[in-house]
Amino acid sequence: MEKRVVFRSAWLPYALLAPQLAITAVFFFWPAGQAVWYSFQLQDAFGLHSSFVWFDNFAALFRDPHYLESFKTTAVFSVAVAGLGITISLLLATMADRVVRGALVYKTVLIWPYAVAAAVAGVLWAFLFAPSIGIVTYVLKGFGVDWNWIIKGDQAMLLIIIASVWKQISYNFLFFLAGLQSIPKSLIEAAAIDGAGPARRFWTIVLPLLSPTAFFLLVVNVVYAFFDTFGVIDATTQGGPAQATQILVYKVYHDGIKSADIGGSSAQSVILMIIVIALTAVQFKYIERRVQY
Amino acid sequence: MVEKRPLLDFITHAVLIVGAFVIAFPLYVTFVASTLSLEEIMSVPMPLLPGSHFVENYSQVLFAGSTGGSKAAVLDMLLNSTVMALAVPLGKITISILSSFAIVYFRFPLRNFFFWMIFVTLMLPVEVRIIPTFKVMADLGLLNTYAGLTLPLIASATATFLFRQFFMTIPDELAEAARMDGAGPMRFFWDVVVPLSKTTMAALFVIQFIYGWNQYLWPLLIASDESMYTVVIGIKRMITGGDAANEWNLIMATAMLAMLPPALVVVLMQKWFVKGLVETEK
Repeated sequence: MEKRVVFRSAWLPYALLAPQLAITAVFFFWPAGQAVWYSFQLQDAFGLHSSFVWFDNFAALFRDPHYLESFKTTAVFSVAVAGLGITISLLLATMADRVVRGALVYKTVLIWPYAVAAAVAGVLWAFLFAPSIGIVTYVLKGFGVDWNWIIKGDQAMLLIIIASVWKQISYNFLFFLAGLQSIPKSLIEAAAIDGAGPARRFWTIVLPLLSPTAFFLLVVNVVYAFFDTFGVIDATTQGGPAQATQILVYKVYHDGIKSADIGGSSAQSVILMIIVIALTAVQFKYIERRVQY
Repeated sequence: MVEKRPLLDFITHAVLIVGAFVIAFPLYVTFVASTLSLEEIMSVPMPLLPGSHFVENYSQVLFAGSTGGSKAAVLDMLLNSTVMALAVPLGKITISILSSFAIVYFRFPLRNFFFWMIFVTLMLPVEVRIIPTFKVMADLGLLNTYAGLTLPLIASATATFLFRQFFMTIPDELAEAARMDGAGPMRFFWDVVVPLSKTTMAALFVIQFIYGWNQYLWPLLIASDESMYTVVIGIKRMITGGDAANEWNLIMATAMLAMLPPALVVVLMQKWFVKGLVETEK
């Protein structure tokens, strides 16, 4: 797409672009370049001397069982967050699309968690599930469940999954609702006249028409689970116990800031950048397709 | 609805009520806990009806802060959060409306190169370049300053794209007419483009306000000084140890204060919020 009518000036367009380009260069390209540079370097403990070590940092990473474990943790976590988040919000959106009475009330209640910061969402759920005083812990104890996420890795994982899904449901819900409302009513009515019940209509008409939205949300949710859940984890488990909840992005932060391993952390950053670029490419390929559709 | 099915209607409402309950339950417990004394919270199970310490807890956190962990007053933190939540959207809207105007309404050398330069930033979230960005900020002396908190967050490709998409829908006849009447590009920008973009700006503002208010990792790195804490960071700093050692009544009061402004924005400006959300992701 290009404009037919344009203005002419030798300097004005550069002046208009300057603020954005300056910020982009200083805060994006310079640091990203440095990340790549550091990832090939080994610094001594005092940061006084560094030497160029080619791919040693990367090789060391893939020999490190903790790093490989972190990959697995991230995979489990993002599949759970994306899967649960999408399923639950699809159910809620389908129901909300059906109701006439009280629709606005349901919608308002369901969308406000979007406004909650990830770290605050983590704190709220950590409080509900607190091992000694939590109200949910108390109920669980009534059922004979011994709940203590501070020492049990799988329970810690469950806690951050619940908090992350809870925060993301409203986002998915809004997109599904918009998708449902854009399905022509005539299609549904035609199927109903042909004798298809609500369940049949959902599986054969609604769900196929929603699949582009669902796929888009899948990518968004995976990206969310990879990066935006940092606040949830830092406010609750901090990667523990025994690294059971240390997803990749948390490990970058932990190794770089807490352990001051600049080379190793930068190498992890570079790997993460490659993952993000791959995810973005998938997303854009899909958007191209949707435009044709 | 196509047909009458009382049973399905019942199930629909039942599912929605359960969903709404699960979504709202943490908020309710947070509110209740913020009105109790610490002893009441510590008694297992804690009461599920609001207590009588509302004024006490809120005035304590607002003006004095908690006694363990961070001792900064939450009122100052709210001020810092407000600065961030306003500076990020305003900065973002300003720089991206200018740059997309240049990209759409001018032909000049390196235009495509600059466009791609902005585009690539979509792929580099703050989280993946934490350490080098932190070093850059330290080198520039921007740690513990408002500029350091906000500047890196105002560059983003999404807003630029949104404006670019919108400018594409402005009829060419308007630019043609403006040119014939002898208006220069900036005159056209102020008198035609900016007024037409108001809806887009409002939608972006709502989304970016929430984004700025809820920032976590960035202020965690940049704001090491208590006077620069945002309220989200403040909550994290109040949590000092095991679950029994925290002043949960004060933490929960702070959490309520941290949630209130963005929640109000979402609920009161629902129309703009939904528009902004759906459009920024296109």
